[in-house]
Amino acid sequence: MPSLSYLAPATAEEAVRALAGAAGLAKPLSGGTDLLVQLRTGRVRPELIVDTKRIPGMIGITEEGGGFVIGAATPGAQLGEHPTLEKIWPGVVEAANLIGSTQIQGRATLAGNLCNASPAADSVPAMIAARTICVVAGPDGRREVPVENICTGPGRTSLGKGEFIVAFRLPPRPPRSGDAYLRFIPRTEMDIAVVGCGVNVTLDADGRCTDARVALGAVAPTALLVPEAAAALVGHKLDEPTLAALDAAARRACKPIDDKRGTIDYRTKVAGVLARRVAAIAFERTGAAR
Amino acid sequence: MSKYHISATVNGEPVEFLCEPQETLLDALRDRLNLTGSKEGCGTGDCGACSVIVDGRLMCSCLMLAAEAEGHSVETIESLAQGDQLHPLQQKFLEHAALQCGFCTPGFLVAAKALLDRNPDPTETETRYWLAGNLCRCTGYDKIIRAVMDAAAELRG
Repeated sequence: MPSLSYLAPATAEEAVRALAGAAGLAKPLSGGTDLLVQLRTGRVRPELIVDTKRIPGMIGITEEGGGFVIGAATPGAQLGEHPTLEKIWPGVVEAANLIGSTQIQGRATLAGNLCNASPAADSVPAMIAARTICVVAGPDGRREVPVENICTGPGRTSLGKGEFIVAFRLPPRPPRSGDAYLRFIPRTEMDIAVVGCGVNVTLDADGRCTDARVALGAVAPTALLVPEAAAALVGHKLDEPTLAALDAAARRACKPIDDKRGTIDYRTKVAGVLARRVAAIAFERTGAAR
Repeated sequence: MSKYHISATVNGEPVEFLCEPQETLLDALRDRLNLTGSKEGCGTGDCGACSVIVDGRLMCSCLMLAAEAEGHSVETIESLAQGDQLHPLQQKFLEHAALQCGFCTPGFLVAAKALLDRNPDPTETETRYWLAGNLCRCTGYDKIIRAVMDAAAELRG
């Protein structure tokens, strides 16, 4: 194992310089609930770990222009404790809070869940459905990237050398909006999604969908934004033909693998079923007429 | 490999220690500070035997680098009893026979304390979910849950 260094810089610029200047692998550290396991097993062998948690703004939630800015290293438990975040983005918070145990929630972060780049990461479909934007710091300054453009495959991201996520932006919500996330696991707690689904909708006063985002997890190499599934909802109330069209579009988007958690056929079927259930919850949460 | 000099608060006392960059908080607690109550069950955050409370938040000390503890406040199982006086959770674990081999017990006690610090009157369901990250291969959990509920009642007075 090459010699490892640990750095806990006080500014994002210093963190970028350290990450960009490392000759070998350099890893940003937020909650560490994935990274420390990978260090221990030798799956990653960095020469530098840059702890981002001492950088101002990396931990905390602020309301801004009707939306939220969430520090990238904010632990899941803190998301759930925020007085208004869960009221406005219940799907994002419920997805983040599904990750691991109480102990893991004390530490695990949205940035880590996203950048670990597991196709089954629970917070990712919910963040995609919510049109979450990542604020990325890097050698060329800051850029904003939609969450769905970060993961490129299992364990791989589009972030360049020296880049790391400093914050997530959740947009303001129009009236009569709702979002939800469900995952399917064969037990009640503490498991990895066989399929995950996030749905975010806005309805008109008659309960007809005017805007929708649907995202699926664990059915492809990355979490998927599924515009065809969203299109099945837009213009419609939540009736059976609409749900059937949503179900079919979700199933068509699936490109899953067979593994110990589920076969291709099973995952595909479950994706359609979950999309129906999650859409029903998201519609319900809009508070609009049915 | 260079060592890092860390200053933190452990169980209310200021401590200083040297650690390696890859060393976990659990390793430092056990091997540098001789606080061997926290156990390593899995080393991957699945079993909860290494549970500690950092700045009021429950976490697995095997999933935190020792160097990350700089400036933070850590509570371990060693902070529960006051001298010979057991914490009510410890007393109730004994009364309910909520342990057999005992390896998971420090983690359960610390996790249960974190729950009761936050919620003095949890339902059984809340307690079971809160403790879902603590694994016990001996007792089958029922006695543990009964002990925690009984301790919570006693603490409420």
